[in-house]
Amino acid sequence: MSDDIYREIILDHYRNPRNKGKISSPDVSIHDSNPLCGDEIDIHLKVEGDKIKDIKFEGRGCAISQASASMLTEMVMNKPLTSVKDMTKDDILEEIGLTSLGPARIKCALLSLKVLKLGMVKYYADRDDPDSAKKLQDDTRSL
Amino acid sequence: MMQKSALNVKKIRQDFPILKRKVMGGKQLVYLDNAATTQKPLAVIDAISDYYSNYNSNIHRAVHQMAEEATIAYEETRQKIAKFINARHTDEIIFTRNTTEAINLVSYSWGRANVSRGDKVVISEIEHHSNIVPWQILTQEKGAKLEYVGVDDSGYLKMQEYEKYLASKKVKLVSLSQMSNVLGTIVPIEKMIKMSHEKGIPVLVDGAQSVPHMPVNVQKMDCDFMAFSAHKMLGPTGVGVLYVKREILEKMQPFIGGGDMIKEVHKYETRYNDLPYKFEGGTPNIADVIGFGAALDYLTNIGMDRVREHEIEITKYALDKITGVKGVTLYGPPNAKDRGGVVSFNIGDIHPHDLATIMNDRGVAIRSGHHCAQVLMERLDVSATSRASFYIYNTKDEVDTFIDALSEARRLFRI
Repeated sequence: MSDDIYREIILDHYRNPRNKGKISSPDVSIHDSNPLCGDEIDIHLKVEGDKIKDIKFEGRGCAISQASASMLTEMVMNKPLTSVKDMTKDDILEEIGLTSLGPARIKCALLSLKVLKLGMVKYYADRDDPDSAKKLQDDTRSL
Repeated sequence: MMQKSALNVKKIRQDFPILKRKVMGGKQLVYLDNAATTQKPLAVIDAISDYYSNYNSNIHRAVHQMAEEATIAYEETRQKIAKFINARHTDEIIFTRNTTEAINLVSYSWGRANVSRGDKVVISEIEHHSNIVPWQILTQEKGAKLEYVGVDDSGYLKMQEYEKYLASKKVKLVSLSQMSNVLGTIVPIEKMIKMSHEKGIPVLVDGAQSVPHMPVNVQKMDCDFMAFSAHKMLGPTGVGVLYVKREILEKMQPFIGGGDMIKEVHKYETRYNDLPYKFEGGTPNIADVIGFGAALDYLTNIGMDRVREHEIEITKYALDKITGVKGVTLYGPPNAKDRGGVVSFNIGDIHPHDLATIMNDRGVAIRSGHHCAQVLMERLDVSATSRASFYIYNTKDEVDTFIDALSEARRLFRI
């Protein structure tokens, strides 16, 4: 089973993360951690119009959490905000190819999506869109 | 004198039903997470079941036969604990939920009455969160200061720093773990208590890791408070112990108010119960306290000096083996005699949670993470470590399985 988890692509994103770092004057920066593992993720976003113009992440933790964060940034770069709003946990689990994780390790895989959604809660709340903020906040509860 | 022969581990294993368990599709369980919680022998499971099947009733109040039987069994455990740690009086033993609650009892009751603005509480960098957060809450509330005795690169406490802190007249309490749950370090607690007492400062000992794994004698050590948990020493979860010297306990105010801790309650005033009941508000965890009694019998029967001998032997074996694995960084004292049965390490760039997953696939249960010791993790400059921890039922064959799984992890991560 761990042979299926630690495939080349996961190790590649773990050791050579994409879009890792900071953004100068981001529109949103948000941090969260997984108390179970101590995995930490910061996500910085630059929004232009209704699109994610730039996304970068910082973090430390296990291969699953860091590789999924790296892959998530590639998934949403230059994508409309609405597509992030509608993104589900299955979307990211399928993308990273980890669909049979147990209840403990799935938290590692979903941490980056949770942080991204929390970031967008802040983004919408700052822009007087409480309905979108609430929808995203509700999403994070199941992540 | 207790006989000093090696433990009959094969026979001991027969007493633990769970050790027969297969995990992850048929792999023999290798349980190496004993610093988190230990497994329970049948005698403990039976004692709990016997209480619920045959004499379940509330204690201390009713006069019917079953209540009397339950009260006797509950109080017998208290006597066994007093004997186990060599307390002078049985009423110095207070039942709590766990070590954490025991330390909180001291910080809320004794701490609130004795720590004021400008005072200091001294702890160390190796502490578990349960011996950090209660003191942060107290010192922040009182405008007092928390000081940390540092740990050196080999996992030993920096005694010069300790001496320096004690020189301050503002120190009101020292609170130290006797054995680190991450590094395994056994601190020179007797010496440190002596140094503190020379300045008139009382000492709380967090015995969560030490009491289960080595002989502990509170009178010889001369600690003022000691906290530990039943579930780390073959007993059930939900039972902790606080030992407090009687002369200190007599001056302390209650922590939790309610039933059972009172003598008389009137509209605007209450007369509290005698020691130790004054500190045990509400119906306690009767079944599990009785179960803990069976755990204490089991350990007493083996002898704590033999428990310690066994752990030194298996820890030394594990340290020797793991040192030979390429890419391993070990934490804690190099000598098995200076540490408990705990081996913390990292290997290459494999995150501990990934390692634990790979181990789990092979039936090996280890712990990974910050081990509720994030202050120490910061000091070691790591986010997490992997930890194998041993107890009386672990064998060298199990250590070999663990080492083989480590090699598998290296292969998967191409190290």
